[in-house]
Amino acid sequence: MQFSELWLRSFVSPDLDSDALGHLLTMAGLEVEEQDGVAAVFSKVVVAQIVEAEKHPNADKLRVCKVDAGQGELLQIVCGAPNAAAGIKIPCALVGADLAGFGIKAAKLRGVESFGMLCSAKELGISDESSGLLVLPEDAPVGTDLRDYLALNDTLFTIKLTPNRADCLSLSGIAREVAALTGQPLSLPACEPVAAVIADSRAIVLDAPEACPRYSGRIIRGVNAKAPTPEWMKQRLARSGIRSISALVDVTNYVMLELGQPLHAFDEAKLSGAIHVRFPEAGEQVLLLNGQTVTPAADTLLIADEARALALAGIMGGEDSGITLDTTDLFLESAFFAPDAIAGRARAYGFSSDASYRFERGVDFALAGQAIERATRLILDICGGQPGPVVDALDAGKLPQRKPIRLRAARVRRVLGIALSADEVAGMFGRLNLQVVREGDDFVVTPPSYRFDLEIEEDLIEEIARLHGYDNIPVCAPKGPISMLPRPEAKRDTMFVRRLVAGREYQEVINFAFVEEAWEKDFGGNTDPVRLANPIASQMSVMRSTLIGGLVANLVTNRKRQTNRVRVFEIGRCFTRDAAGKPVEGYHQPVRIAALAGGLARPEQWGESNRNVDFYDVKADLEALLFPRVAEFERAAHPALHPGRSARVVLDGRAIGFIGELHPVWVQRYELGTAPVVFEIELDALLETRTPAYREVSRFPAVTRDLALVVEQQVSAASLLKGLQSVAPAIVQHIELFDQYQGKGIEPNRKSLAFRVVMQETQRTLEDAEVDAAMLALTRHAEDALGAKLRA
Amino acid sequence: MDQLDQLVTQADADFSAAADAAALEVAKARYLGKAGSLTELLKGLGKLDPEARKSAGAEINKAKSAIEALLNARRDALQQAALEAQLAAEALDVTLPGRGQGVGGLHPVVRTLERVEQLFRSIGFDVAEGPEIETDFYNFTALNTPANHPARSMHDTFYLENGEGVLLRTHTSPVQIRAMQAHVEAYKDRDTMPELRIIAPGRVYRVDSDATHSPMFHQVEGLWVGESVSFADLKGVVADFLRSFFESDDLQVRFRPSFFPFTEPSAEIDVAFMSGALKGRWLEIAGCGMVHPNVLRFGGIDPERYTGFAFGMGPDRLTMLRYGVNDLRLFFEGDLRFLGQFR
Repeated sequence: MQFSELWLRSFVSPDLDSDALGHLLTMAGLEVEEQDGVAAVFSKVVVAQIVEAEKHPNADKLRVCKVDAGQGELLQIVCGAPNAAAGIKIPCALVGADLAGFGIKAAKLRGVESFGMLCSAKELGISDESSGLLVLPEDAPVGTDLRDYLALNDTLFTIKLTPNRADCLSLSGIAREVAALTGQPLSLPACEPVAAVIADSRAIVLDAPEACPRYSGRIIRGVNAKAPTPEWMKQRLARSGIRSISALVDVTNYVMLELGQPLHAFDEAKLSGAIHVRFPEAGEQVLLLNGQTVTPAADTLLIADEARALALAGIMGGEDSGITLDTTDLFLESAFFAPDAIAGRARAYGFSSDASYRFERGVDFALAGQAIERATRLILDICGGQPGPVVDALDAGKLPQRKPIRLRAARVRRVLGIALSADEVAGMFGRLNLQVVREGDDFVVTPPSYRFDLEIEEDLIEEIARLHGYDNIPVCAPKGPISMLPRPEAKRDTMFVRRLVAGREYQEVINFAFVEEAWEKDFGGNTDPVRLANPIASQMSVMRSTLIGGLVANLVTNRKRQTNRVRVFEIGRCFTRDAAGKPVEGYHQPVRIAALAGGLARPEQWGESNRNVDFYDVKADLEALLFPRVAEFERAAHPALHPGRSARVVLDGRAIGFIGELHPVWVQRYELGTAPVVFEIELDALLETRTPAYREVSRFPAVTRDLALVVEQQVSAASLLKGLQSVAPAIVQHIELFDQYQGKGIEPNRKSLAFRVVMQETQRTLEDAEVDAAMLALTRHAEDALGAKLRA
Repeated sequence: MDQLDQLVTQADADFSAAADAAALEVAKARYLGKAGSLTELLKGLGKLDPEARKSAGAEINKAKSAIEALLNARRDALQQAALEAQLAAEALDVTLPGRGQGVGGLHPVVRTLERVEQLFRSIGFDVAEGPEIETDFYNFTALNTPANHPARSMHDTFYLENGEGVLLRTHTSPVQIRAMQAHVEAYKDRDTMPELRIIAPGRVYRVDSDATHSPMFHQVEGLWVGESVSFADLKGVVADFLRSFFESDDLQVRFRPSFFPFTEPSAEIDVAFMSGALKGRWLEIAGCGMVHPNVLRFGGIDPERYTGFAFGMGPDRLTMLRYGVNDLRLFFEGDLRFLGQFR
């Protein structure tokens, strides 16, 4: 909402400068977004008339003008504007004038003396456009200070109104607010009834009184639609950001800005029969003022006559029933449409209008009568004409009700944390025009018709806080019962996990949760992703079911920027359809952690040979994250991964994610150079850890024996290890794989796996015999059950 | 016995001339070896009469001790010299870079979230979370924003295809409702419910994209419900947080009336720094207010018995202000040259 300070001050004028007024509004909840003078800072610029304009003797594009600036004698001024011509009135900066810091002096231009400067609108900061000198009206009085003549000592305020304060969508509304905040007297425009001169009227039928309980209409005949709009009205409209169109349209807009009541003028000659305010019939269409033809939905209220639908009520008028410059008779509408009947409708048709913006937020339902009188008066003054009587169709029972609200003094104290006296509160309510009945400590408050936002006690408490000033509410150190937050030792928080991953040289990234559909197929094998109905772009059209796509994109981006070694991770939600999803039915939304490592295994460094990162490097990172818990890795295919170099990660029997080298097909398609290794794990699996449990440390020596077994190539190390562990006698503390060998001395298609077996007792030294027996048991089992041979 | 003194002097000179352990052993043999000068002298003692043998023996032994001491001293010196030579040879260029794995880092916005969590944990706020695909009910209705409410146009919402009543949450406020419901359920058998204090950081989504808006961004929701929680407390907590977060006591904080359907009274929080590039400018940093009675009711809480405040902040903006980042989009581009600055 943009408006002129001078217009506001015509209703209420507190003793505050523009900045203080802006601050007052902002701190009352009417946030001033912009505040600018209507013109640049300048002085000594007056209305002048060009008496003579001759070509400059030494320059084709300059003219030598004789100018009457009311100085007693004509001024000679050299001017380069193409429209400088004898007779026009223009602004003239006199010698000694200051145009935003630029001083005007007597000067010689190409040998001709010049005493002043003729100005364009741009030079005066009135407009950004410039098409030569600013031509003033013929009746502009020569010699008058231009700032006074054009009322340029004015400030434009743009306020960002919250949706609850529809009552401030007019100059009167803002003036009312300023009066309440400052206690200054308020004088609003008079809206005296205009007596009917003719008897013509049009019947009005409220077919949907819930949606439109009040509709006032009046015929005015014999208007001159071509009459010019007065300058003062044009100026106020312009300073409210509204272009002057024609006198009749301008009057309806002016009254809307002044009072807050949207009006509509129909061409009376194009109407037939009674006006109906009704919902549409099937298939009905309306051609709107903006050229759009719409088929209104069943819940869109229409203005119709007996022949056809004319307009979308409270939203936009129709093209072929509206007024034109040829209109002589008009039908003026001033109605109240219920917010619920208008809300969201314009948006559904893809536009917004000043009227719908106001009606959906709430227009004062007591205003329709005053507004139609005010508009009639202005039309008669500007365009002439004979008014008929106002037909006021009203279903009073369906108008919004202003129910009394009880306010308890104790509640004010409790919610705001401040104590105010009953008289202070009563004073505030008085300034806000709230009707108040005192009942003991309570106030019973009835809000005025223009306040749609006051419904409950808290709404009144907010009004008290606003008038008291949010700044004047103390800043309290909060008090509350304190108890310790639970911090289970066997649980880690996400931040801890992040630090762990970062400690393994991964940089955290945050990628969009909506991705390209192709990524879902390529990296998740997902052909039915969760799709957005209204994506912002096609490459952000589906919700990701895996974090891998984003990490691959990070690799691509950084490679383009000459960083080839990329180690990144992300923690975020993934989304899939799942009928059993919780807490939102139909969707599974687990938080996952994924990491990608591509390029060299280590940073480039001296004295060490380097190589590309491989599966086992990243597996070690993942194992470190899981530690002290130990996961199992099972060969498993995954659409994103190299089928021979990928594994399912299983923790305590639960599949928690996967790890592997990116599939060579994607490495090629996404131009990744070498294959990165990735993993993706359910985050909750990393958050569960354990409370340490003590085991006695043995004082007796441990015995270590190695066991080298030759097995078929495809036998996994884990299966062999598991087999050995399953038969290990109690003295075996642990078995670990320490070497894998293929090549000379081992048959092709076979490999040697070497295990280290550590044996120990806590109460005694082991004897050779039991160590030998244990090793024998392991060897036997390996040979008999696991198909291994002891390496020769 | 000039001969013995001469011998000691001679030994000293020989030992000193020995450049290494081997040469020293050769020199030692000349005096103390089987055919060494001293050994020969000792052998010759037998030819002397007992009286003379005794005194000559003592003289010879004294010389022997002196030579042994010289030998030991020289041995130590040679060892020391050898060690020094070895150490000198082993010296490293300590200015060469260390080897091994480098370090990664957290995302700058996560850094902010971590600090926000720590600061609020210190006054007893727990961290809660909620789903990002949210129902219309939790995102709007339960937050006192019924269908067609004009406040819904303040949020340009992403909807899902074939998803009836579901959307991408436009704010973290739905976590308020979920947290209240869970809290009420957890204490349903008790006469009094302990205070509920949570913050809920997370990703939110709106149909908006330019230099200052990202279609996905972050919010931190805060909620404190108790039997005596007031607007003055809200001002206290938020002002305390902002001064702690920016580590600045001369930060100006102001609360200005605003509107959110889920709080009443509502306020916008602005801050102004007293120094730096943004000195003196009011910057919008959060929205807040007293939880609307309807919202408490949707959470299962009696608004007559309990009051509460809630706030919603933008950690992306906090991060930009804290570190002087001037373009929101940098946070979501994954450029390691940018992200690496926040390690």
